[in-house]
Order: sequence, then structure tokens, then C-alpha cells
Amino acid sequence: MSEETNQDRRRFLGVGLGAAAASLAPGVVLYGVAQAKTDSEPASNKVRWGMLVDTTKCADNCDKCVSACATENGWDKHTGRAETRPQWMRKVTLKDKVTRRTTSLPMMCQHCEKPPCVDVCPTNASMKREDGIVLVDKHRCIGCRYCMMACPYKARSFVHEQVTDQKSYMPRGMGTVESCTFCVHRIDKGESPACVEACPEKAIVFGDMNNANSEISHRLRLFSTTQIRDDLRLNLGVRYEGI
Amino acid sequence: MKKVAFAEINASNGFYVLLLLLGSVVAVGLGAAYFMEHNGHEVTGMNNQIVWGMPHVFAVFLIVAASGALNVASIASVFGKSVYKPLAPLSGLLAITLLAGGLAVLVLDLGRPDRLIVAMTNYNFKSIFAWNIFLYTGFFAIVAVYLWMMMERRFNKYSHNVGLVAFVWRLLLTTGTGSIFGFLVARQAYDAAIMAPLFIVSSFAFGLAMYILVLVSAFQMTDREFGQGIAQRLRSLLGVFIGSVLLLTLIYHITNLYATEHHGIEAFILRDGGIYTHLFWFGQILLGSILPLIILFNKSLQKSVGSLVFSAALVVIGGFIQLYVIIIGGQAFPIDLFPGYEVTSSFYDGVVASYTPSLPEILLGFGGVALALTLTTVGVKVLRFLPVSLADKDVDPHHKA
Repeated sequence: MSEETNQDRRRFLGVGLGAAAASLAPGVVLYGVAQAKTDSEPASNKVRWGMLVDTTKCADNCDKCVSACATENGWDKHTGRAETRPQWMRKVTLKDKVTRRTTSLPMMCQHCEKPPCVDVCPTNASMKREDGIVLVDKHRCIGCRYCMMACPYKARSFVHEQVTDQKSYMPRGMGTVESCTFCVHRIDKGESPACVEACPEKAIVFGDMNNANSEISHRLRLFSTTQIRDDLRLNLGVRYEGI
Repeated sequence: MKKVAFAEINASNGFYVLLLLLGSVVAVGLGAAYFMEHNGHEVTGMNNQIVWGMPHVFAVFLIVAASGALNVASIASVFGKSVYKPLAPLSGLLAITLLAGGLAVLVLDLGRPDRLIVAMTNYNFKSIFAWNIFLYTGFFAIVAVYLWMMMERRFNKYSHNVGLVAFVWRLLLTTGTGSIFGFLVARQAYDAAIMAPLFIVSSFAFGLAMYILVLVSAFQMTDREFGQGIAQRLRSLLGVFIGSVLLLTLIYHITNLYATEHHGIEAFILRDGGIYTHLFWFGQILLGSILPLIILFNKSLQKSVGSLVFSAALVVIGGFIQLYVIIIGGQAFPIDLFPGYEVTSSFYDGVVASYTPSLPEILLGFGGVALALTLTTVGVKVLRFLPVSLADKDVDPHHKA
């Protein structure tokens, strides 16, 4: 009798623990990626969102991250000239002038700690959230494009034409400036940016650089990484491995 | 020296024809701005690589020339050269009207000009644009008071002090305009402290050239006498200013050429930049600087007012070209994101950006120039900005009949 009871208890504990693990695990994993917040909750400076791109995994002929960004944020439809096409994210190919080694990588807003676009914006439309995400307040932007002149990364686009079929979470407007938001609408829900999820090689890691336990912090500690134009000392939110 | 008499211009047919002509250009400019705002900047030549285009060339020229136009008044009341006194009121008027024309172009080119109120109510004091909003509005106010002190006899005694404030303010204003570019760390052509003094000396030349063109035209149209004495002084002054711009341009390029990291942009502007190289050497240097210097200091042409006007026109054209090379050429050169690498992308990385100015942009620019001239024409009609005569016997204290 007692033998049977013990086995029941073991079974119960086993199933219970398994269920608990199954329900907690995504939360534990997600914690390293994002802390969801409610709409009324302000962004916190305890978090510094960051992205690490492993260029050794990034294929030259792949632009899935770029298409995912365009679809997610609604900048995929453009009818105007090629030169006015918005490009929140782009693939750049580098060829070393001496060794001829080629590298491919995605370029987007680098979410600087000290962003030149925020410095030059006359109306404070260019702004940095407490958690390090650099954004444009589309209601305040007067379309002077001074931020585009000031951005060292050519990361911003000006909306040159009427836009239709906008995403409710990512309003765009003719005559204003826009750029990568790190998919702020997804981050605030605890999800990863669209480009991170779309990468078939898992070459992009996203997370909180202030959290010592996050994957990005772990990788940044282990590997040598690069900030583009680090001579400007802007302390970027996007880092690259392998260049 | 006689007391200088000032008088409004007469409401002749010519006055109304001029007003109608200028007004039409303003109307076309406004129409162009409406077309651009309605359809978006897609209808301009500007794009995501060349983000500032022809409107900015016109606007910066007019704003820089505005501060420079005030120099003539400063020479009279701040530096005490009484022979310039008859020229001072027009100098103040032009300073205001040129600035108004330039700002109109700048504002009408905004992506959202309807949000100007946002720019007036939200300030980021780290932004040079925000400083400039104060510098420009302050300039209007100070120059207006300065004109009042100059033109109201009872207040003439204050014109030196107010003139001094206006002079300092105009130096600050052009420093602010030059620093728009000087403080841009991102681009190889800018990020140079010399931009501020370069813009200041350029303003001396552009402003005086615009002043000469307006003054001589107004005198021609109203049959007022223009003496050799004044022409000679303006001739020397313009020559010195052109020389100063050349000197600072030389220093800018020599400094860049000394540092290897800037060799790319220097080779682009000075040797390999195609249209920009041609514009720099043939437009800015040859046509806008060397040729007017030769004409201004040519002894056989010393007595010709026409040669002074022609030189001033060349300086204006050269000034536009200089700003085109700085503003458009500076953006056309690709940003050097990855030193040591050849860079390609779907967003024009590593390639020289293309730009073809569109008609609406050019019309908007000319609309701004026409607005400045319209306001000036109305100004000299309603108030006594112009001296009755600039004949040597009337203005030169050392004149011997």
C-alpha cells in the first residue's frame, strides 16, 4: 500500500515539476531578451537595449532581416524614385582593400548613447528613451532633416511621398524623418525585434546590455566586438562581431 | 560735407512694373512651395542622400548676405566713417529683407512647414538650429531699432551704441549659420571650426555685393546721382572681402590636405568630383573671385560704375556656387563609415550621391530672392532709406569742385 502511495506521489511531483518548468521556461528565456512593460509604465534607465551582429554568420546574398523590418514597420511600399526609398535597415557589403576579404552586415540606427541626431534636433523630436532607444516623435518633427545631416551612419530616411496602409503601431508621415526603432512596439510587449526573429542564421542577438546575465552581455564579455566609427565615442547600442 | 538728405522714391510707372514683376516671382515661388508640400519632396531633386538641396543654397546665401549687408551701416556708425552714413539706412533695410527672404525659403522647404509653431514653442538648446531661431528673430528686432536710431534725428546719438550691438549680433548670427555645418561630425566635408569664420568673411563679400547691386539699380531707376568717391570706396572694400574669402578657403583646404583622413574629400572637391570640381575652380575661384578682383583693381576700369556692378554680380554668382559646392558637394561625397574597406549597399553607400535640382526648388529659391527685393522696393517707397544724391560734392568731405 505504502509503496503504491509513494509512486503516486513521485508521479504527481514529476508531472507538477514538468508543468511548472514548461510554464516558467519561456519566461526565464524571455527575461534575457526583454522585460515587457505596460503602456503606462515609463521606460527605465536600468535597461540598455542592445544588438550584437555576428558578421561571420551573415550571408552576403541574404536580406531577410531587411525585408522583415520593412514588412513589420510598413516601409516596404515605395512608388517614388530609388534615391528616395526609405531604408530603416540595409545590407552593406565590405571588401578589405588590402586582403580582399568580404564581409556582409546589416546597418541601421546604432542607438547611440550620445546621439548626434538628438543634439541637433531643434524641437526635441529626435529623442532617446531612458532605455537607450533613439526615436523620432513624428508629431513634433518639422522635417528640417538636420538629424539626417548629423547622423554618422546614414541611418535615417525622410518620407518623400504620401504613405498609405500604415501600421497602427508605427505611424509614418510625409514630411517627417524616420529610422529603426529597435521595433520598440515589440520590445515593450516582451518580444524581439523583427530582424532578430527573421535571421535564419541567428546572427543577431538582442537584449539588455545592462543585465549581466543576458546573452548579449555574455557574448560581449567573451568576444571582441566593434562599434562602427568608434572614434566618435558615441557608445553604440549596436555592436558587430567579426569586422 | 553737406547734411545728407534722404527721400522716398516716387511712385512712377517703373516702380509699379518692378513691383509687379517681383510680386509675380514671389507668387510663382509660393506656388512651387505649395506644389512641393502637397506632393512631398518626391517632386524635388532632393533624396535620402542629398537631404539639403537648392532651397538651402538660396536660403543660406540670403541669410549670410543679410548679415553682410549690415556692414555698410556698421562702418558708418560703429567705425565712424562718416562718408558711409548716407549708405547706412539702406544697409539696415537690406539686412532685414534679405533675412526675411532667406528664412521664407528655409521654412517653406520644411517637410512640415505647418508645424512652425512647434519650432517656436519647443527648443532643444543644444541644437544650433534652435540658437539660430533666437539669433534671427533677435537680428530683426535689433536692426529695426538700429534703423529707428539712425533715421530719427532725435535718437541719432544712440546709433553708435545700438550699431555696436547690431554688429556683434550679426557676427554671432553668421557664426551660428556657419556652425550648422561646422559642428557636423558625421561628414568629412564639414566638422571644421573654420566654417564659422569662413561664413563671416563670405557674408562680408555676399552682403556687400548684394548691397552694391541694389544701391546702384535704385539710383539708376530713380535718376539719382552716384559719385566716383563712393564707387571707389565700395570697389576697394569688395576687393578686400573677396581676398579674405579666398584666404579662408585656402586655409580650409590646406588644413584638410595636411591630414591624411581628409584626402578623400579634398580629392573629390579639388580634382575628381566632376561637376563639383568644375564649379569650385571655374565658378567659385575663377568667375566669383579672380575675375572680379582683376576688374575691381584694373586701373583702366576705375571710373566705371558698370564694372563695379559687374564685379558685384560675379561675386553673387560665385557666392551661390561656393555654397552649392559646400552644401551639395559636401553631401555628395560618401560618408566614410568603414575606413580601409570598399563599401557597397542598396542605400548608395560608398558611391557619390546624385542630385539634379528640380524646377520647383529653383523657383522657391528665386521666390525668396524676389521677396527680399519686393520688401526692399516697398521699403524705399514708404520710408526715406535712400539718399537723394551720392554725388561726390554731396558726400565726400574732401571733395574739390
